[in-house]
This record gives sequence, structure tokens and C-alpha cells, in this order.
Amino acid sequence: MTYTFGLDTFGDRNGGTDGTPLSHAQTIRNVVEEGVFAEQAGVDFFGIGEHHTDYFPMPAGDVVLAAIAARTDRIRLGSAVTVLSSDDPVRVFQRYSTLNAVSGGRAEVILGRGSSIESFPLFGYDLADYEELFEEKATLFAELLKGGPVTWEGKTRAPLLSQDVVPHTESGPFPAWIGVGGSPQSVVRAARLGFSLMLAIIGGPPARFAVYSELFQRALDKFGRAPLPVGVHSPGHVAATDQQAKAEFWPRWRDIIALVAEERGFAIPTEESFDWETGPHGALYVGSPETVAQKIATNLRALGATRFDLKYGMPGLTHEQLGTNIELYGRQVIPRVRQLLG
Amino acid sequence: MEQPSRLAVLGAGHVGPVIARLAIRAGYRVAIATSGDPEDIALITELVIPGAQPRWAADAVADAGIVVLAIPLHRFLDIGPGVLNGKLVVDAMNYWPASDGALKAFEAGGSSEIVAERLAGSTVVKALNHIGYHELEDRARPAGTPDRRAAGVAGDDPAAAAAIVGLLDRMGYEPVRLESLRAGRVLQPGSPVFGAVLTPADFRRAVREDARSLT
Repeated sequence: MTYTFGLDTFGDRNGGTDGTPLSHAQTIRNVVEEGVFAEQAGVDFFGIGEHHTDYFPMPAGDVVLAAIAARTDRIRLGSAVTVLSSDDPVRVFQRYSTLNAVSGGRAEVILGRGSSIESFPLFGYDLADYEELFEEKATLFAELLKGGPVTWEGKTRAPLLSQDVVPHTESGPFPAWIGVGGSPQSVVRAARLGFSLMLAIIGGPPARFAVYSELFQRALDKFGRAPLPVGVHSPGHVAATDQQAKAEFWPRWRDIIALVAEERGFAIPTEESFDWETGPHGALYVGSPETVAQKIATNLRALGATRFDLKYGMPGLTHEQLGTNIELYGRQVIPRVRQLLG
Repeated sequence: MEQPSRLAVLGAGHVGPVIARLAIRAGYRVAIATSGDPEDIALITELVIPGAQPRWAADAVADAGIVVLAIPLHRFLDIGPGVLNGKLVVDAMNYWPASDGALKAFEAGGSSEIVAERLAGSTVVKALNHIGYHELEDRARPAGTPDRRAAGVAGDDPAAAAAIVGLLDRMGYEPVRLESLRAGRVLQPGSPVFGAVLTPADFRRAVREDARSLT
């Protein structure tokens, strides 16, 4: 079994060593360094999730990925996720096939919504249309990935008639995933359209997603498709000890969840719930390299998954803390998980 | 009063399958339906909701004593109100503009009151909307368990509310009765119980404090 291990960022705005936030521009330059460093540390994939906020100033991740591509040779580079519903599938394809060209065939794309909703009002879309937008645009994106002239008609963008969309890829479609947060209908859609399945598990017991992995493979079979990989995307933070990792991560996580809770009107999580999520049955991978490696290995097995992407960082963590996280993940966690999975 | 034994869940997204599984475990006969062909959710039902029956929505509703609405609120506006006439309807939906976008029809007042207005031929109870779908199953506990958590039941019709009190109790939550749909506004997004999984004591305290803040 071939396993792939990645790191994802939302461009979480860095804290300075004195506690004041760094500028958006400096945070973005730091993400470039982190991507380069991830390759040096032995990480297989580096992903950037689209966000449009002051604390995640990362609306154009593909530009940042191109900068990383120019300074690396091996690491795969992709979105995590691209908010396809509020974008144009033709432009998304063009940006990532351009990244694929720049990087010598290392581009990937993960399509979804994430928990990101800011792009809808920003680009003039109605969140109530989310389903229809995603369904249509994912269908068109699957057509674009095949290469060759595309003919398509729908309600959400102008029709295409035998349209040659450039740049062409050199060796077939680049890997494309749909990120799913727990709706079985989304799992079946990924199978129907032929995308790989990325399970975004950000709260609650990961084991409850095992049935989605089975559903995905059964649905692929039903649609006459060959098996495709299942991956897991989850947040976390690695430091020298469990205690240090939790002490660094908890206040940052609490602050950001509290901010989102206030914006959206749900209850702010308690330290008790954080302890549960970072424990053996929760969704957060916060701890020493050994703790995190054990948890990843256990959940990849339980979920029948071959890919794990750790969403590292939180607004307010410093570039240095993120560097330590990346180094420990690449040099200790990944080799240990490979060993555990034999 | 005798509990209705057949339950229909409308919606097979994030929330519907979770409620369906809890209801099956609680001893109800469960049908699940979307706006489309039951064949489209046959595989989902087999694997994710074993024991449930995928049906056309009209058939599932016709045979059910309790109908649970677990669809996005904007899709609710597409349902013809007559389909649910005479039914006990559990509104597990939320008007959550910050997460799902604004809807004109729901800007004035509590969302379940507006649902009840549109379903004039049905009896509407608000429940199962305020605990996150990713926690709802994991936190369920049989009656008498020390760490059992609370779940709100709001309705204007006492018999209907009592039936849903029984449903939640069997599903694994300590039902806390709120005397009207109007009072059920305390279960909506923005309230201290929304997205929290509270003990009965904490739940009652949060409801009291929230009620005071509204006066």
C-alpha cells in the first residue's frame, strides 16, 4: 500500500514573537518558506486552502503554490480546498494546469466548500444556491480534466461549444479530489463524477467516517469506475511533547473558534471539549510526534484511507512554531506512521 | 398516550441519516426520503442507515406518525404544504444566515413559527436542531445515565410535544420542554444552547438566562 502524507495551510496569519500579528504579506511570504521547508523535511504534498478573511488572508493560493514550485523539485502542490461554487471551473482548471506546467506535473486540486463562506457574498453568489452551483461546476470540472474540446451547457456560466481549454496537461488529468464534510450524498457525487474522496474531519470521532469510505468504493463500483483513493484532512499541531503542543495550540484554537462562533452564532467550545478532541477518539492531531503518529495510523486503518493531510497552524502561532511542527511532522511523524502501517 | 411507531425522515444530507439511525435504535420503523427517486439513495440507506427504508417522500409521509424535516431551509420552501397535512412534523431545520445565506421568508420571527404558518394543516414541534450532527449520536445515552445531555422540545400542542418528548427520551437525550414554538426561539443559532451539548441543569440555566435577556 502506498501512503501519501501532506500538510495543508489556510494562510493562518502568523503571530510575531511579541504577540502582535504579522502583516498579510509577511504571512504569505512565510507560507512560501514553509512549503519549501516541507519538501526538505520529507513531506509529500503541500496544500493551500482558499480563504478571504483577516485571519486567513489566502484568496489566491495558486500564486503562492507557483512560488513554492519554483523552489522545489519533488513535493506535490495543490489547493485544500478550492471553493469551486464561487469560482469559474474553467479558470480553476487553467490556474491549476498552469501550476502543473510550472511544477513539472506536481499539481493537484481539492474541490469543496470547506467551512469557508466568505467567497459567496464577495463574488456575488447566494449561499442558498450552493448545491446547484457545486453540482454543475464539479460536473464541468470533471469534463475539463479529461482534456480535449469541451461542450457543456448549464445555468451557472456561459455554455462551451467544442471549446479547447488551455494549457493542455502533458500526461493526462492531474489528481482531483472532492472534499466532503459528512454528507453521504456528497460522497456518492464524488464517485459519480470520478473524483477521489477527501474526508474533512474537523470534529467528533473520525471512526464514524469509515462507512463513507465503504460507501465511496461501493458507489464507484456501481458507476462502473475503478477504485480511487480516500484521504483524510484534519487539523493539528506537533511539538516536542503533548503538553507543549496543547499549550501552544489551545489558546489559538479557542480564539479562532470563538471568533467564528460569534460570527455564526454557535456555542464556544470549552477546554473539556478540546481535551476530548485531542484525545484518542477525537478529530484533532495535537501532541508529540509519537502521539500524532499513532492517531494517524489508527485512523487511516479504520477509514481505509491512504492519504493524510495535516492542516497545520492556527492564527497567532509563530513562523518558528510552524517550522518546528513541519520538521517534526516530516522527519518523525511520517516515518513513524509508515512503520506502524508496515 | 401511545407513541407513533413509524417515522419518516425527509433529507439524506448531513443531518437526516444521523436522526434516522437514532430513531431506528430507539425502536421506530424509519423511512427516509429526498425530493427525488428512492433508488438514488438506496446505496446510502443500505450502508449508512441500515434498517431504514428509502421511499418516495409522499409515500414515506403518508404512512408516518412523525415526519422529521432535515432538509436545508431554502428547500423547505419548495415543499407543497398539503403533503404534510394532518401530520406531526418535527422541524429540525435552522435559519442560519451566517452559515447558509439569508432567506427573505425567514427574516421576521422564529423559523419554526414560520414553518408552522406554512404548514397550517400540520402540528409542528421544534426539536433536534440545536445539537451538531457530528455529535448527536456520540452523545446519546440511555435514561438514567449520569452524563446524559439535554435536548429541547418546543411546541404549542401539548400532545404533539409529549410525543416528541418520548422520541428524544428513547433516542438518548433528556427532553426539556419549552412551552411554545415562540419559546423555542431559544434553540436557534445565536443562542447559548445552539451548538453546545449541555447537561440538563446547564441547559435549563442557559434557557432561563436567555429568556431574561429577551425581556
